[in-house]
Amino acid sequence: MNTPASNQHGVRLQVRGLHKSYDGHEVLKGLDFEVEPGEIFTIMGPSGSGKTVLLKHLIGLEQPDAGEILIEGRPIDSPEVMDRFRMAMVFQSGALLSSLTVGENVGLYLSEHRLKPPAEIARIVAEKLEVVGLKDTENKMPGNLSGGMIKRVAIARALVIDPQLILYDEPTSELDPLSAVAVAQEIVRLHERTHLTSLVVTHDRDLAFGVADRIAVLNEGRILAMGTPDQVRSDPNPLVQKFLETTFRRAI
Amino acid sequence: MFENLGEMLVLFWRALLAMPSAWRQREKVFEQFFEIGNASLLMVSILSFFVGGVIALQTAPTLVEKGLASAVGGVVGLAICRELAPVIMSILIAGRIGSAMAAEIGSMRVYQEIDALRTMNINPIHYLVMPRLLAIVIALPLLVIFAILVAWLGGALVCMFNHDIEIPFPAFLSTFQDVVRLKDVFNGIFKSFVFAWVVGVVSCHQGLITRGGPRGIGRSVTKAVVNSIVLIVILDYLLTRLLMS
Repeated sequence: MNTPASNQHGVRLQVRGLHKSYDGHEVLKGLDFEVEPGEIFTIMGPSGSGKTVLLKHLIGLEQPDAGEILIEGRPIDSPEVMDRFRMAMVFQSGALLSSLTVGENVGLYLSEHRLKPPAEIARIVAEKLEVVGLKDTENKMPGNLSGGMIKRVAIARALVIDPQLILYDEPTSELDPLSAVAVAQEIVRLHERTHLTSLVVTHDRDLAFGVADRIAVLNEGRILAMGTPDQVRSDPNPLVQKFLETTFRRAI
Repeated sequence: MFENLGEMLVLFWRALLAMPSAWRQREKVFEQFFEIGNASLLMVSILSFFVGGVIALQTAPTLVEKGLASAVGGVVGLAICRELAPVIMSILIAGRIGSAMAAEIGSMRVYQEIDALRTMNINPIHYLVMPRLLAIVIALPLLVIFAILVAWLGGALVCMFNHDIEIPFPAFLSTFQDVVRLKDVFNGIFKSFVFAWVVGVVSCHQGLITRGGPRGIGRSVTKAVVNSIVLIVILDYLLTRLLMS
């Protein structure tokens, strides 16, 4: 995560044989999947299936017991990857710093690393906020924003890094249906505009099937099914069908 | 508390290593410094005034009765600058500022704000811990100097106006000057400097290890205050032994 580049393009992400245990309880049981450059890949699964733990590994907050995560064929924590590629994460809660304004939150990466002069940062912040449909909100405090707006500010903050890989953790959780649709549209619109590699972790079936190029269904630390939305829908695994059906019924 | 002592020492060391970036974070340091001052000055004034008064009230009548009126200024002065001002003010700051630090960093931890900083390659030690530590390490000794002055004044006023004591201000001041040395004041300031590190490190550490939502934040705040007070009292004994030898 160094100086932002001007040209965005997605990267290939590979997860191989990822294992992780906490206090003897195995949370990830050998995950294997690959995300193609510029793809929206959704990992869907019930609570406790290991989605958040997987994300923490991807952003380096956890180290695996076994297995590896590769970006363009190189380990994710290698200096080469850290120098050449950038990734950003949109947290479930938005994770905006409550003591900073929206503008300061969005420009935090640039200002803390002194990558641009203040006037340039202000211009970039305004541009990224406009991208997510939040023009002229720079001076608002996060506490005065709705859940959907917080998520969109978090997306704008992620975009400032000019990432090649963007990770979304439950982007529609705690949102009303209209805000959830707006955030989902934002993810797709952003993807069409930038062709980043996007990895969306969610238990929201509508979001998963609405935005994904491919979907993996995760349960108890294992991938049960993986493929295009149509392939997953028709997967014969009874656990997959049960999860999809349950979510569908609950949505009705 | 003691199982985390190693982690706290590591945090202390990392915060020291982050000090060269203090100038870059000067706005945050000043912000924290003024917050500590704003939040504490009135409380420090009231507390020190009455502590000085109580010490005079507790010791002076007996000393006067035994014909040792000339020792009152010195006894009150020494008790305040060597012991009461640094210890009581540090405990006050642990409750008032340490708890706020633990709560703020703890809620940032629980609501993933610290994780967000890490994903932006922003070191939480540089961004959150170091400015708070530096601010408290500057602010607490200054507050203690202020507290010593106010407490002396409180003691002197009680000695002047209490019917059982009735020591005039010039007499209080002269015995005070005979006994209290500048070294005694420095000892008190040095103690407060050490206690400031303790309160800062313990509170920031508790904030950083907070788990489990609002209840976890509450637990961290309680632990930050209790652990700070316990360490202040233990270190007070050790420092007193060291400074008296």
